Amino acid sequence: MSPKEIYMDNNATTPIHPEVKKVMIETMDVFGNPSSLHASGRQARQLVEEAREEVASFIGASPEEIMFAGSGSEANNTVLSAVTCQRKQCAYHQEGVNEIITSTIEHPCVLEASKCLQERGVNVLYLGVDEYGKVSLEQLRDLLTERTGLVSVMMANNEIGTVQDIKGIAEIVHERGAVFHTDAVQAVGKIPVNVRELDVDFLTLSGHKMYGPKGIGALYVKKDAPFCPLIRGGHQERGRRAGTENTLGIIGLGKAIEMRSQEMKSDEKHLLELKAALKKGIEENIPDVLFVGHPTDCLPNTLNVSFEGAEGEAIILYLDLEGIAVSTGSACASGSLDPSHVILAIGLPAECAHGSIRISLGRENTMEEIAYMIDVFPRVIGKIRDMSTVYKRRLQ
Amino acid sequence: MTQASWAYTDTVKEHFMNPRNILMDEDGYKEDGKGVTGNVKCGDEMIVVIKVDKEKGIIADCKWKTFGCASAIASTSVLSEMVKGMKLDDAYNLSAKDINRELGGLPDHKVHCSVLGDKALRMAINDYYVRNGMEGKIKKEEERVVCKCMNVTDQEIEHAVLEGARTFYELQEMTKVGTGCGECEQEVTQLLEAYKTKHFCEV
Ligand SMILES: Cc1ncc(COP(=O)(O)O)c(C=O)c1O
Ligand code: FES
Repeated sequence: MSPKEIYMDNNATTPIHPEVKKVMIETMDVFGNPSSLHASGRQARQLVEEAREEVASFIGASPEEIMFAGSGSEANNTVLSAVTCQRKQCAYHQEGVNEIITSTIEHPCVLEASKCLQERGVNVLYLGVDEYGKVSLEQLRDLLTERTGLVSVMMANNEIGTVQDIKGIAEIVHERGAVFHTDAVQAVGKIPVNVRELDVDFLTLSGHKMYGPKGIGALYVKKDAPFCPLIRGGHQERGRRAGTENTLGIIGLGKAIEMRSQEMKSDEKHLLELKAALKKGIEENIPDVLFVGHPTDCLPNTLNVSFEGAEGEAIILYLDLEGIAVSTGSACASGSLDPSHVILAIGLPAECAHGSIRISLGRENTMEEIAYMIDVFPRVIGKIRDMSTVYKRRLQ
Repeated sequence: MTQASWAYTDTVKEHFMNPRNILMDEDGYKEDGKGVTGNVKCGDEMIVVIKVDKEKGIIADCKWKTFGCASAIASTSVLSEMVKGMKLDDAYNLSAKDINRELGGLPDHKVHCSVLGDKALRMAINDYYVRNGMEGKIKKEEERVVCKCMNVTDQEIEHAVLEGARTFYELQEMTKVGTGCGECEQEVTQLLEAYKTKHFCEV
């Protein structure tokens, strides 16, 4: 194995930014409870609020609209689970509203939460996607009724990188008087996101997808949007999420976002160059490949590719032995043998869903690494195809 | 075997990196028996072919191909080495556990990928019997209904164990076994323990 792993799985998680690491180490000793009135509490409170301002300004929100959560998954679950609140006094409770709409390509945390809602009696409708992974605004119009309480559609897909027309979706949802949430965990920090411009009611982001720490996420809650807490028992986060704040995580997230605001633009250019070179290298050196995802409305770092007749897990492990880290589908799905629900949803056959590879680049990747990848890749795919029962092509 | 370990042993890695006996010339290989199992749609397909020394009743050569994961590749590679020179009967009776032991163990959740190779091998051996008018030698893997309420067979229970079921409750979740009158619970529990031992425990 090569001494340094070539890490190309940044949609699963990212390495921590050196500046974030520095700040987190420096503030390691800040132990005060942000709710305490004494000096050490006030010191913690100040750092938490500075981070909140950083997050808010990066996405065009005001600080009161930012709620920190334990993860992106928690933030998503918070929004979805509120729909079942039956308390008459809950902002969510509206007679006759018991339907949500989401899409078939959401992250498992949204899909599973939706399934659970369904079991609790909520009607869940799913938007399908086209061959590029885009939801149809037409279908959304058809599905929306006065029974619809919430629509949740992810901004950018973690497996194929397709970016949705969130502004267009929000407009349609609001025309029908429903509330709109977008899971922007993969989008924030990679592409510009402005909650006012998009006019969303809820938006989820997560620290560890943007060179920040794990176990910290944030939810944008538009002023006056109906809200019902998932975790009760304290006044923290304006009563939206009980529990003593993860100060260090919050500080790390704030710094990560500060770095994103400085570096996102130049990183985007770098990533697009790397991705173009990688795509070209694959196209020129490996026959019978299929690039999955939208050709233009796509995250700058994500390349999903399916190799006919080659099984995904085998590809991952051969690359791993060559010191390259990539993945199939989402990280949680990688331990299981289920085909990617995203690849199936865009209408590709199951064998593609078993053989698609997600390469997600990051700011630390270099052109040299891409060259190494292009050197290794054809050998690995050739080897797997040689023993494949389905890859019929024979070298004459 | 370490419980729920994710890591592959050096033997698995070595066979994965250098798989033995791959069937390169499918059309030109004059096999005496062929077994095909699995399904590409499910993400796993395996072809095993054998040549038989008819006088001695032993496997003279074994080759294979797969659309499968690392575990399927490594375990079938090992299997193809093990069976060369082996009596047909002995080869037929090889279990996933025998292969597993040779590999130094697979992560638990990958064991079910490794059964593909020996299943295809048994089919290849049976195919050889059929081709040579020796149908009488074929050992049928008979399925037996264990839970009559839910119509669940012993093979389905075995499959569920390979897919990860470890308790009666998990079996119920996966197969609905024992969710009717409940009469079958004792037998199902015995089968569960037997399959756990068969596939996961070292003796
Ligand atoms: C699109 C999307 N949503 C949500 C999540 C979950 O975020 P977290 O890991 O912070 O819970 C992820 C990350 O895996 C993701 O890719
Ligand atoms: S026989 Fe199994 S539940 Fe009745």
